[in-house]
Amino acid sequence: MRNPLRTTHFFYKLNTQYSSPLKWHITGDSLLKIISALFASSVLLFLGLMVYELVNGSWLSIQTFGLNFLIGTKWDPAISQVFGALPLILGTTVTSVIALLISVPISLGIGLALSEYMPKKFGFAISFLVELLAAVPSVIYGLWGIYVLIPFLRDHVYLYLRTFFGFIPIFSGPIYGGGFLTASIVLAIMVIPTISSILRDLFSAVPNSLREAMIALGATKWETVKAVVSYARSGVIGAVILGFGRAVGETMAVTMIIGNKFQVWPSSLFDAWYTMSAIIANELLEATYDLYVSALINIALVLLFVTLVINILSRLIVWRSIRLVRGIVKE
Amino acid sequence: MVVPKIKVENLNAWFGKKHVLKNINMEIKENTVTAIIGPSGCGKTTFLRCLNRMHEIIPGARVSGKVIFNGINIYDKGVDPVIIRKKIGMVFQKPNPFPMMSIYDNVAIGLKLNGVRDKKALDTAVRQSLELVNLWDEVKDDLNRSGANLSGGQQQRLCIARALAVEPEVLLMDEPCSALDPISTAKIEALIRRLTENYTIVIVTHNIQQAARISDYTAFFYLGELIEYGPTKQIFENPKHELTRKYIMGEFG
Amino acid sequence: MRKLDHYKFRVFKDHIMRFLVYLSLVLVLIPLFSILYEVVKRGISVISLDFFIKPTPTVGEEGGIANAIQGTFITIGLASLIGVPIGLMSGIFLSEYNEHKLSVIVRFFNDVLSGIPSIVIGVFIYTLIVRSIGFSVIAAAFALAIIMIPIVTRTTEEALKLVPLSLREAAIALGLPRWKIIPTIVLRSARKTVVTGILLSIARIAGESAPILVTMGYWRWWFAGLDRPVANLALNVFIFATSPFESWRALAWGSALVLILIILGINIAVRIIMREKSW
Repeated sequence: MRNPLRTTHFFYKLNTQYSSPLKWHITGDSLLKIISALFASSVLLFLGLMVYELVNGSWLSIQTFGLNFLIGTKWDPAISQVFGALPLILGTTVTSVIALLISVPISLGIGLALSEYMPKKFGFAISFLVELLAAVPSVIYGLWGIYVLIPFLRDHVYLYLRTFFGFIPIFSGPIYGGGFLTASIVLAIMVIPTISSILRDLFSAVPNSLREAMIALGATKWETVKAVVSYARSGVIGAVILGFGRAVGETMAVTMIIGNKFQVWPSSLFDAWYTMSAIIANELLEATYDLYVSALINIALVLLFVTLVINILSRLIVWRSIRLVRGIVKE
Repeated sequence: MVVPKIKVENLNAWFGKKHVLKNINMEIKENTVTAIIGPSGCGKTTFLRCLNRMHEIIPGARVSGKVIFNGINIYDKGVDPVIIRKKIGMVFQKPNPFPMMSIYDNVAIGLKLNGVRDKKALDTAVRQSLELVNLWDEVKDDLNRSGANLSGGQQQRLCIARALAVEPEVLLMDEPCSALDPISTAKIEALIRRLTENYTIVIVTHNIQQAARISDYTAFFYLGELIEYGPTKQIFENPKHELTRKYIMGEFG
Repeated sequence: MRKLDHYKFRVFKDHIMRFLVYLSLVLVLIPLFSILYEVVKRGISVISLDFFIKPTPTVGEEGGIANAIQGTFITIGLASLIGVPIGLMSGIFLSEYNEHKLSVIVRFFNDVLSGIPSIVIGVFIYTLIVRSIGFSVIAAAFALAIIMIPIVTRTTEEALKLVPLSLREAAIALGLPRWKIIPTIVLRSARKTVVTGILLSIARIAGESAPILVTMGYWRWWFAGLDRPVANLALNVFIFATSPFESWRALAWGSALVLILIILGINIAVRIIMREKSW
C-alpha cells in the first residue's frame, strides 16, 4: 500500500534538501530574536535618554547654582531668581520617613496575615482588596484626603492631640487639617500595597522546614513567625526601601494635601510643608523664564537620581534575598 | 542488503556535566518498529530525542557523534533541525494536544504554519490523518471542539494524527501508552503495527510485554549504554547478555 | 511555677500578636472602603445625563465631563498603541531568550524603570517632546506609554513562562521554527494572562495625572488634533477639587466616580478572566 498522505503532494513542496534552501527558518528565527531584542532594549534607551534629557535640561541651573542648589533654602522666582531645594528635599524625606513608620508595621502585619495566618482561599480575596488599594489613582487619594480624611483628623485627632500634648512643641500651633503629617498618613496608605505584596511573596518563599522545625521545638505561632521574618530580613529591608522610593516620588495626593508651604522646617506636626514632586506639579507650567524651568527640571533630576539609587539598591536586595531563600529550598 | 533508515554512529549526549549516553552505535531499518527498553534513567528517552534533535532544546544539553538519516548526518553544520523534525516526528509520553485549539486545528496547525493555505488540501489532510489513527469516526462531528475534551486515548491518537499530518518518514514515540488505560493502549498498539506499512517507528517503552508484542527489533539500554540490540524474537528468547536476560525476566528495574 | 508563668506569657504574647496581625488587615481596609464609599456616594449625587454629554463648563454655566471621557480614552488609546507592542515584544524576548545576557540587564532595568516616579517621566517627556512640539496629547501618550511598558513587559514574560514545556515540545517536534511557534502556539496559549497584564497597565495609566499635567496641561475643550492637548478625567479631579463653585467641585467628584468605575471594572474583569484560566 502506498502512503495515502504522501500522495497528497499539493500540501507543500517536499524538501529533499535538509538545509534550509532559502535560509528562511534561520532568518525568521534570528529576525524575531533581533527585533524582540531591539524592543527589549528600548527600556535601556528610555532610561539613558531620561538621564541625558534631565541633565541637559537642568544644565543652566547646575551651572548657576552648582551644589548650592541642594543646600540653598531660598526659592524666589519673582525677585532675586535664586533657587535652593533644601526645604523640598527635607519635606520629601521627612514625609516619606513618617509614611514608612506608619506603613511598615501594618504591611508586615498584612504580609504575615496573608502568608502565615490566613487560609489561602480567604487570603486571595484580601490580596485582591489590597491590590485595589494600589489601583486607586493618586488624585482620588488627594480628593478623599481633602474632603474626608482632613476633616476627620482635624476634628477627632489633631484637636485632642493639641489639647492633651500641646505643651510639647510639635503638638502645638495652628491646625489646618492638611499639612505634612496628614500627607504622610495618605502616603502611608498608598505604599502599604507595595510593601505588603513584596513581603507576602517573600514570606511565602521561606521553606516550610523552618516553620516545622520551630513548631517541633514547641514554639508558639508568633515565635515561628518571628523566625520566618528574621529568615527573610534582608528582603524585608529591600521592600521597605522600595516603599520609600514610591513615597518619595508620589505627587498628586501630596500636592493636594501637604499645604505647599516653602519652609525649611515646619513649626509643628500640623504645619504645612512642600515636596520636590509637588513643586514640579505646581510650578512647571507657570515657570516663565529659562532658569526657573531649569531649576524645576533640576529637581526632577534629583528625584530621578534618588529613585534610581533606591530602586537599584532595593531590587538587588530583594532579588538576592529571594534567590537566597529559594536556593536554600533546593539544597 | 537494505540501507538503514537511520544510522547512529558514536552518539554521546550530556546534560551539563552528566554523561547520559555513551557511544551508541545502532542501525534502524525502514518500515519496522524498533523498541527501546531499559530501566528508568538509562538514557532511552534521551536517545530518542537525539534522533530528531530535540535533545538540544534543553539548556545545557549537548550531543556528539552522528545520526545519519537518509544518507545525511542530521548533526552536520548547515542542517536545519526544523526540517529534520518535520521528517522525523515525535509523540510524547503525556498526550499534549494544544488546548486552545480545535481538533481540526490541532491536526492542521503543522501544515498551516508551513504555509498551506488551501482549505481543501487542509481538509483532506486532516481527514486522512484522523482516519489513519482511527479517530475520524469518533470526532468528525466535533472537529471544531477543543481537543482538550477528548479522552486520554483519543488525545494521544490526536497527537499521532497531528504528527502524521506533516508527512514525516519516521515517527518517534516516547512511552506513548504509559498514561493510558489498557483498551486505549491496545488501540494504539494496533495502530503502531499498521503504521509500519508506511513509516519507520522507534518507540521507547518501559513495558517489556509491549516491546515484545509490537516491535520487530529491540534495543536494551542500561546506564547510558546500548547493551544489546537485535531482532525482538532473539532478544526475548535468547538474549546474549546477562543484563538483558535479567531485565527481561523482571529481575531488576 | 515560674516556668508555667513564662509559658502563659508566651501564649499571651502569641494572642496579642495574632490580634495585631488581623488588626493591620482591618486598618488597611478602612481607607479602601471609605474611599469607595465616599466617591460613589458623592459622585452619584452629582451625575446626570447632561453630565455625560456636555463638555467642561465655563463660569456660570452648566457642564459635564464628556470631553474629559473622550480625552482620557484618546490618550489611553494612543499610549497603548505605543506601549503595548513594545511591552509585548520585550516580554517575548525576556521569556523566550531567557538565557541571553541582555535579558538579565533588561529585566533588571525594566524593574528599575517601573520604580521611577511618574512625575519624573512627565518632566522627561516635557523636555524631550513638549519643548519642541508643545503641550499635546501625543506627548502625554508617550509619557503614559513609558509607564505602561514595564508592566506589560513583566506580565507578558510571566505569562509566557507559564506555558507548559510539553506544548512547546509538541510544536517543535512538528518541525516548526521558533518564530512561528512563539506567536501562534506560545502567545496563543498565554493570551488570557497577557491580555490581563495589558488591562492592568491600562487601569494604571487611566488614573495617572502628574505626567498628564506636565505634558498636556489643562484643557477645557474637545479633542482638536494630536498636537493639541485633550481634557482628562484624572486632571479634572485635581483641577476642580478645591474650586470655589459647588458645580465645579461636582466635576471633580463625578470624574472621580467614572475613573474609579473604570479601574474597578478592569480589576474585576481581570479576576474573572483569570478564574477561567485553562491551567
